[in-house]
Amino acid sequence: MPLKERISRNLSASCSRVPLLGWLCGALIAVTLERFAGTPVALALGLPKIPALFGLDIMLKKPILVPNAVLYVLLVYGLPMGVTTRSSISLTNRLAALLFRFPIAVTVAVHLALLYATLHLWAGSSDYRALVLKLTLIAVMLTLSLNVINGYMGEFSCSHPGFMALGAYCASVFTVGLFVDDQLFGAVFLPPALGPFLFPVALILGGFLASFGALFVAIPSFRTRGDYLAIISLAFLFIVKSMIENLEFVRGPRGLSGQPDWADLPTVFLWAVLCVWSINNFVRSTIGKALNAVRDNEMAAGAMTVDTRRTKVVAFLFAAFWAGVAGGLFAHVLRYVNPSTFGIQNLAEVLAMVYFGGLNSVYGSIVGAVSISLLGEALRPLEIFKWIIIPLLLILVMIFRPTGLVAFKDLDVTSLLRPKQNQGGKV
Amino acid sequence: MPILRVHNMSHDFGGLRAVKDYDLEIEMGQIRGLIGPNGAGKTTIFNLLTGIYTPTEGEIWLDGRRINGLPAHRIASMGISRTFQNLLLWRHMTVLEHVKLAHYSKIRYGLFGAFFGTPGRNREEAEIEEKAVLLLDRMGIRHLAEQVVHNLPYGAQRRVEMARALATEPKILLLDEPTAGMNPEELEQIMEIIRRVHGELGLAILLIEHRLKVVMELCERIQTLNFGAVIAEGTPEEIQNDPEVIDAYLGRESVI
Repeated sequence: MPLKERISRNLSASCSRVPLLGWLCGALIAVTLERFAGTPVALALGLPKIPALFGLDIMLKKPILVPNAVLYVLLVYGLPMGVTTRSSISLTNRLAALLFRFPIAVTVAVHLALLYATLHLWAGSSDYRALVLKLTLIAVMLTLSLNVINGYMGEFSCSHPGFMALGAYCASVFTVGLFVDDQLFGAVFLPPALGPFLFPVALILGGFLASFGALFVAIPSFRTRGDYLAIISLAFLFIVKSMIENLEFVRGPRGLSGQPDWADLPTVFLWAVLCVWSINNFVRSTIGKALNAVRDNEMAAGAMTVDTRRTKVVAFLFAAFWAGVAGGLFAHVLRYVNPSTFGIQNLAEVLAMVYFGGLNSVYGSIVGAVSISLLGEALRPLEIFKWIIIPLLLILVMIFRPTGLVAFKDLDVTSLLRPKQNQGGKV
Repeated sequence: MPILRVHNMSHDFGGLRAVKDYDLEIEMGQIRGLIGPNGAGKTTIFNLLTGIYTPTEGEIWLDGRRINGLPAHRIASMGISRTFQNLLLWRHMTVLEHVKLAHYSKIRYGLFGAFFGTPGRNREEAEIEEKAVLLLDRMGIRHLAEQVVHNLPYGAQRRVEMARALATEPKILLLDEPTAGMNPEELEQIMEIIRRVHGELGLAILLIEHRLKVVMELCERIQTLNFGAVIAEGTPEEIQNDPEVIDAYLGRESVI
């Protein structure tokens, strides 16, 4: 099939010339289009409203509408994005090259602003989309931080929901106690106007509490290598859960509610970016590479001056910190937490994201978290069968790509953002 | 004054005394050999010197400081570096990352720099990289810098291990069978590298080796080990003609 081959080669060649800037501009145009023309297009195609999650949400509820939903996605996202990115290759490349003359921070800021604008427009059309997006961003933070332990360090930790719970409760107690007139914690201490400024403090406190909890797992389990961490961390998860269930001042199993509505999309986005940035910094530094050395051969790492124990403890506490922050955000997105959220089910979900996406890779964690979150939402109509399909998928990935979809790949910001075409037209 | 002094070192594995009253003194710039049949305790001695095991008895002094009982990474950063008999490389890491990581103990930017990518950290990482590339150049493997090690041929992996050991800037280098599994051509190359490294850096080197050619050509003095104890010590010529050594390797001449 020479024609088909030629088309696919052409397509991949033109795709490889599009800089990230081009994709982002294309996506922005597509979501803007949806904002203005989405509803008429959807109605014209016989869909009741704009499909919330790229048509995924419709497919199982009303299989008869599948072709319409696919057509909608092609018309509203695929076509405009394809056309604009394809036609603006030289323009976006020139723009990207121009941006590269400034410090890299400027380039990164422009890309992030475009990404945020896209997400904001996309999520603006329904509360459901906004909620899914926020939870997905939180899942990215959780997955990436667990990847530091299970992927980069090669240990197996099960206590992530526990760290998340510590962070969620700590941040909630802080905000509810200080800013909300609540039966449990009494009157408002501080004016609500201060709230959004102190919210980061609440999250960071939650992160530190999670790190502190992690210390109790790290000290006994990093004396030697082996399965100890898996067992001790699982025990830790149960201890945290039953401790919260029995703490009356956070209302035990009934859960804590009334968190102020501060975890809006920009806040969650900003924290997720901060998390990805700092973890990527860490794992790409020589100090972070020590984790890989400890995983691949601990004895050699020690003989090459690496303080293996310190390396492991630091990475574990760092990962726990981000899990705690993610937990705090989670509590404020849902505005309700209860201890049963942070159980084995949650653990399984995060582990699935890590192993599905790929070990030892920032890309992998993002891919894993986003795809499993979206899949989870798409399969929601199947109810409990969802938990048969996702594990099956995970088994398939394990068979065909044992380390996950995008494993062992460094996220190099410079090469990700650089223009893909020189001025002379050479790739 | 010797750079490394070992006095009366012994080590037990359960009831087995693997090393018996071992003594060693190495001056700066010396190359010493350690030979003996399989299971004689040569690698155990290396593991004791580098802190992987703690000696049951005896003392190890490095540069006037007593180091037995210290953790391996402390001893390594004080100046004892080594290679391993069965190549302990980090299989998912690139050659350049191996050599860079050996600078771990000299990193000054700390955790804050690692998390937030401060300018100081970027500067220091660039310095480390520059040093690492120079070292790779010296070992003749610069073209492999971006390769992941487990794809490399055996001889190249040996060189990576040697480069990594040198990157810790040691005073003493312990080489555990550096020519194991090599063909004659690779053997010549690795000997040339050992000579050059020794000449340029003025290191003390302690060498475990089975090939007599290598030991005889490189070493000034040789110790022969059997069942954990030194049975002969001297220059290569003395060792070659020592009846005890011949016995240990070939067995006693039996009277028919």
